[in-house]
Amino acid sequence: MTSGLDMNMLAQYGPLLLSGLWVTIRVCVLASCIAVTAGLVLAVLLLSGYRLVRWSVTSYVEVIRSLPILVILFLLYYGGPSFSLTLEAEPIGVLGLGFYGAAYFAEIFRAGFLAIPAGQIEAAQMVGLSRSHILRRVQLPQMMGLIVPPSVNQIIVLVKESAVLSIITVAELTKNATQMANETFAVIEPYLAIAILYWLLIEAISRLGIFIERRVRHV
Amino acid sequence: MIEILLSNHSVLLSGAAVTVFLSVIAICIGGVLGLIVAFGLRSRVLAVRLWCGLYRSFWRGTPILVQLLIAFYLLPHIGVEVSPFMAALISLSLNTAAFQAEIYRAGLAEIPHGEVEAARMLGIREWSIRARIQVPQMYRLVMPPLINETIIIIKNSSLVSVIAVTELMRRSQQIASSTFKPLETYLLAGLIYMAINLVLAYIGRRIEKRLAISGGRA
Repeated sequence: MTSGLDMNMLAQYGPLLLSGLWVTIRVCVLASCIAVTAGLVLAVLLLSGYRLVRWSVTSYVEVIRSLPILVILFLLYYGGPSFSLTLEAEPIGVLGLGFYGAAYFAEIFRAGFLAIPAGQIEAAQMVGLSRSHILRRVQLPQMMGLIVPPSVNQIIVLVKESAVLSIITVAELTKNATQMANETFAVIEPYLAIAILYWLLIEAISRLGIFIERRVRHV
Repeated sequence: MIEILLSNHSVLLSGAAVTVFLSVIAICIGGVLGLIVAFGLRSRVLAVRLWCGLYRSFWRGTPILVQLLIAFYLLPHIGVEVSPFMAALISLSLNTAAFQAEIYRAGLAEIPHGEVEAARMLGIREWSIRARIQVPQMYRLVMPPLINETIIIIKNSSLVSVIAVTELMRRSQQIASSTFKPLETYLLAGLIYMAINLVLAYIGRRIEKRLAISGGRA
């Protein structure tokens, strides 16, 4: 084969690539859940009154944001055994991506919290609403319009960074394409195919994001 | 960690130098291409707009690791022999061009249209309007996202270690496998990345301040 794409090869390796796509989606969903939850907790802590807490959270966010994801994954995967963290590659990938993303989500949520007038929270406290009630019923609903667009963006970044998990041997989309390249000696078909799959996946997420954005704006 | 630094400092330093060199060149090439794409996105010709939109969509919509692998394998496949460093430089540049195009597009949209119309009325040529009126003012507006993009490229340049470019990450991997101390080595690599990014952020704030003083608008 010198020119053109080998369709038979793509048909033969289609299942391998699709299983990789499934792993990518699974890893990204789990990592996003960790990132959003931990990010929310970090943002709440960031706005707390305790200077020490605020200082530690700020350091965490700043340190994580200045590190490449690859360094974080290598620290957890190869350095993990030194502090008795011995997990399979996939859970390491989920944890790494999740706590990496958490730093970015913390910033997104913090901006959202700051946009709500302090008077509203004081009023809610006066009326006797509990802390968690204020968070769920007063703060979060109003923040939605502000945090949904950057959050969707952040999840797209996370999906793209999940390709890096192939380097620590997680059998996701990029890893399976490399396996296909190694077995067939073809390099163009596998990487072009996964580029299109990633593109479709990310296009789908951004469409979903626009849909959700419209919904929350109408509330 | 200190021993690793002391016994490998020259290797780490040369790795860090490659990281910075590669990223800075990529940002500059990507800046020129990004400007072209940004003006292309505003073109009156539909085909130009569509192609520039497609370019931006592809490079922003696929992982940089995949782009890197495509550049590394596709170019020799179509008969262009490139070294790993060149492949890395090409893919990082084309990637950041798409992100910078979006930054510039947003910046250009902020410049009041009246200025361009006034310049046209005075008979200033289209190219001079771009070079003398739009681009200089736009750069002042886009400094913060541009610095951010530079930091992202520094971080993403760690991925070129997979095609054996001996930048900071690759050097760290070599040290980790020879000393059997991955935790300390990668912590050290992390500290170096942090230092580079801190310096960049500092330079960025200085540039922003200078640009803010020299003109009226923020």
